[in-house]
Amino acid sequence: MSTPTSINGLAAAGDTAMSTPSPSDSRLHVESATIGYDKRVISRELSVAIPDESFTVIVGPNACGKSTLLRGLSRLLKPSAGQVVLDGADINSFKTKEVARRVGLLPQSSIAPDGITVGDLVARGRYPHQGFVRQWTEADEQAVLRAMRQTSVTDLSARLVDELSGGQRQRVWVAMALAQHTDIMLLDEPTTFLDITHQIELMELFTDLHHVGHTLVAVLHDLNHAARYATHLIAMKDGQVVAEGAPAEIVTADLVHEVFGLRCLVVPDPVAGTPSVVPLGRDRPAKLKKGEGASVDGS
Amino acid sequence: MSTRVDFGRRVMVLRRRNVAVRVEWRSVVVCAVLVLAIAGTAVLALMTGSFQLGPGQVISALTGETTGLVRDIVVEWRLPRVAAALVFGAALGVSGAVFQSTLRNPLADPGVIGFSQGSYTGALIVILVVNGTYWQLVGGALIGGVATALAVYLLAYRRGVQGFRLIVVGIAISAMLASANTWLILKADLDQAMAAATWGAGSLNGVSWGQVAFGGACIAVLLLLAALSSRPMRQLELGDDAAAAHGIRVSAVRLGLMVLGVALMATVTAASGPIAFISLVAPQIGRRLTRSAGITLAPAALIGALLCLAADYLAQHVAPTPLPVGIVTVILGGGYLGWLLITEARRRL
Repeated sequence: MSTPTSINGLAAAGDTAMSTPSPSDSRLHVESATIGYDKRVISRELSVAIPDESFTVIVGPNACGKSTLLRGLSRLLKPSAGQVVLDGADINSFKTKEVARRVGLLPQSSIAPDGITVGDLVARGRYPHQGFVRQWTEADEQAVLRAMRQTSVTDLSARLVDELSGGQRQRVWVAMALAQHTDIMLLDEPTTFLDITHQIELMELFTDLHHVGHTLVAVLHDLNHAARYATHLIAMKDGQVVAEGAPAEIVTADLVHEVFGLRCLVVPDPVAGTPSVVPLGRDRPAKLKKGEGASVDGS
Repeated sequence: MSTRVDFGRRVMVLRRRNVAVRVEWRSVVVCAVLVLAIAGTAVLALMTGSFQLGPGQVISALTGETTGLVRDIVVEWRLPRVAAALVFGAALGVSGAVFQSTLRNPLADPGVIGFSQGSYTGALIVILVVNGTYWQLVGGALIGGVATALAVYLLAYRRGVQGFRLIVVGIAISAMLASANTWLILKADLDQAMAAATWGAGSLNGVSWGQVAFGGACIAVLLLLAALSSRPMRQLELGDDAAAAHGIRVSAVRLGLMVLGVALMATVTAASGPIAFISLVAPQIGRRLTRSAGITLAPAALIGALLCLAADYLAQHVAPTPLPVGIVTVILGGGYLGWLLITEARRRL
């Protein structure tokens, strides 16, 4: 947050944040945690909750701490103060495999071992459920088949992962995360590097997964995708939450200006009716009549 | 709708009450063929020598049907060497497999983090400065190798260890030690230099039953540990974040695997000196034969054993004068590296 005398949009956003249920009610939340790398603190005293059964999307400019938050939520980073709470207990107090049975993660980048087939890779997601002598049970088999059906990669099952297109490959990684069979799934920039068609395809896949009961938390760059598909939006800047709530309630031109420093118009998405962010750019377009863009100046 | 996952390969699934395993047919067949090849080569090695024997004599000596001279030749003289080649070869193959998987690099083995050069430095200091006994030599080699590996690990440590940084630091330290080793040899007198060079080449000459039994016991324990950690190891190949998301404690597992790899190579080095390149090539040959995803341990162990045995056979019986086995493996390894570079370059073009 910048100054106490914050602009209208922010005040409204603050109200929305207060109206969400108390953080300690949700299965996964952060309690005044300080998260960072070594001595470099990214977020100080951060408290934020992931509403149960929501499709939560975290947005914010580069280096705002959104991926760091996701890494904290997935136990990849341990807070130096405060805690991340999963099902009522500090996430670091669980056995690592136990966390992996409850919270899944699609990392920003993963490595497909040389010569691995799709079926084999998706099956690797079953690791938290397996043991040394119980490596491939009927339950494993069914979970893998289901994950491949849900992501429409069943037909690719026998193919080598190296041979797939970017969009197919990302669906396979999602299938691996799904095979892990967790209620909560964290997605770190899942649509980056994909073309627009594959991005939409993937967002709709996530919506389907949300509808069948998964709690999803995604870090996204595209504000319009976030506003269209998320049920809960968290906007971050400088390691802190600036606003959170339903996209229709919190996405305003003022918020976008505050968080991204971008002057824009927020208009209803002609298809979905959700807020849609249209950047103004440096030169005010001639089409805009005088006064129409005034609110975005913050003046 | 299919009720079985199509892995693109024939798999064999075995499910009993508490056991559920899945293996690829091709891997099973490859391993079976390798075991046969090893058995054949072993019999050949037991037959060959200044006193030639037939396969029947070897087998009856092994089963205890024959006694006397033939049994003494086979069991007391030749078998220790063959057993050493098999056990040490398997250990080297697994050692390399663990490193290549952990560092996600097909050119990795404990040598890349300085173990080989470090153990040579340790051995040279014992031979040239202390003028020590055999066991002091072994101790010096182990201390030198492990200390170097540890130094490389610590120098490369920044918030955990990343494979690429480890390799770069390892190459730098190895290069420095290599020049130190050259300097040490130049300072030595001729006898000492020759003793050092013989040890440095890696040889199974004079391996006794005692050494084989002791080394074999250590290696058996280490191989068991490797088998137990093979699942986390293969999961780590998916990347640190994915592995952590699957419940693997990445730093601890990686450190444990590297200690295991170094320990395997150290055991072999203690008994026979550094036998080069088997750790490098065995995992890759295994991967190509089984067409498995990533590195698997069993084929690497079997190919390591076969390579070491065959290289020792070539060194002893085919070469014009008996050579240390390490020289043959270096030649084989050089050929392999050349082939790898050529095929990689072709693929890029």
